[in-house]
Amino acid sequence: MLKNSFSKIESWLDERYNLNPVRNLLYHKKVPTHKHSFWYYMGGITLFLFCVQVLTGIMLLIYYKPGEDSAYESVRFIVTEVRFGWLIRNVHSWSANLMIFFAFVHMFSAFFTKAFKKPRELTWVTGFILLLLAMAFGFSGYLLPWNELAFFATKVGTDIVGVLPFIGEDLREILRGSEDVTGATLTRFFGIHVAVLPLIFNVFLIIHLLFVQRQGMHEPEHFQKLSEEKKKFIPFFPNFALRDALLWLIVFNILIFLALFFPWDLGLKADPFTPAPQGIKPEWYFMFMFQTLKYIPSHILFIEGEVLGIFIFFIAGLIWMLVPFIKFKERAKAKIQPLTLIGILIVAFIVLMTILTYLGL
Amino acid sequence: MPINRRKFIDALLSLGGLGGLVAIVYPAFSFLKPPKSAEGTVNSVKAGIASEFPANSSKIIKFGRKPVILIKIENNEFRAFSATCTHLDCIVQYRTDTKQITCACHNGIYDLKGRNVSGPPPRPLDEYSVKVVQDEIIITTETG
Repeated sequence: MLKNSFSKIESWLDERYNLNPVRNLLYHKKVPTHKHSFWYYMGGITLFLFCVQVLTGIMLLIYYKPGEDSAYESVRFIVTEVRFGWLIRNVHSWSANLMIFFAFVHMFSAFFTKAFKKPRELTWVTGFILLLLAMAFGFSGYLLPWNELAFFATKVGTDIVGVLPFIGEDLREILRGSEDVTGATLTRFFGIHVAVLPLIFNVFLIIHLLFVQRQGMHEPEHFQKLSEEKKKFIPFFPNFALRDALLWLIVFNILIFLALFFPWDLGLKADPFTPAPQGIKPEWYFMFMFQTLKYIPSHILFIEGEVLGIFIFFIAGLIWMLVPFIKFKERAKAKIQPLTLIGILIVAFIVLMTILTYLGL
Repeated sequence: MPINRRKFIDALLSLGGLGGLVAIVYPAFSFLKPPKSAEGTVNSVKAGIASEFPANSSKIIKFGRKPVILIKIENNEFRAFSATCTHLDCIVQYRTDTKQITCACHNGIYDLKGRNVSGPPPRPLDEYSVKVVQDEIIITTETG
């Protein structure tokens, strides 16, 4: 009975919209299985955490009130008065961090398995833009509780923008909404966090997913070299999708565990007229940049250290984004290809700098 | 080169299109830049009773919308500086143990004359003058 009515709906839709692409996805899409198949799941986990972000974010919006006199109070109200408010806020904060972590893992796994190469250049570019947008989400969301740590981190973060030549001062003022970090900054960051970024993020996310869908899963070199009969695949639906779902369930459990046992401290309310407390730091995914800026002297030749640092990060980011379009010579005899070595060095740099910050060096 | 009708219309439309674009972008960009708030310029503030202010201590004072750090050093002399670190905008504090002005954000250190002595700050802190009139502390801008 149910099956019958379902197939009636299907044929009604099929007649009008041609459901072949959906059928192709469900019945014909295959996923290669090999020793690196595990990395295929990282993007899915990131997507899952993004969905958690959207849902918990909308829930927080019901009670959150932006504004110098209401932001901190409303977050305190959420975590102390609203039933399960503490849980929703903790899940939102933890999920944000995990999402960025898995986005990084996803990006580096795509890099080391060389999935960014032709014909997937634009999947890489859109993916990198999504990571930058996710970090912008993190930066703008960090300020919203209007606590001391976030206040000074935002002061530092937005002041860094001001050192850019020509446009720096204007850009800083546009970001802050005034000369200083004030309630005006909070309103702007709130708008950016809940309206501007979601809009842009979703556009890139849809493009990214369409590309993946259109081109199918990347086959690593060693897999491509296998003869056709030796290549193993599993159907995307239901085999891969169910494994995806199982991993999501595991990640969801980890998320709830973290939210329950490691709650996020709200801290003290921001006060523009108190000294910065010890231990001002940005979120962990900005640490490597923050730490590098600390090591650069205040002046190198005639250039300000910070300007130089930001310039280097900007150029490095640009090269990283455009890496699929750069031709690297493969060395047949080398044990590690130069490109892989660059990747390892970058990961090592990020990890080292992050650890140094936490050691307080 | 003769200008035919098509080229002329193309040029006219391009110019009009460009003008239209500017007419949209300029107001949108200007909208994003916050208007300058009409704030009365503050030249001096009262900062409390001098005899009640303990030696070797400090206080952050609101000087209009700017924070100013007022320090009473051990010989009972008052000094005041802009409390905004010249490095990246954090608010500095007076360390009673080392008798220095420090910024916790990036470990910037200034001496009691506001000079940047260590860490990343590129410039000294701006100094304010402090007078004590009938036991009342008055902070004024150097020029004011």
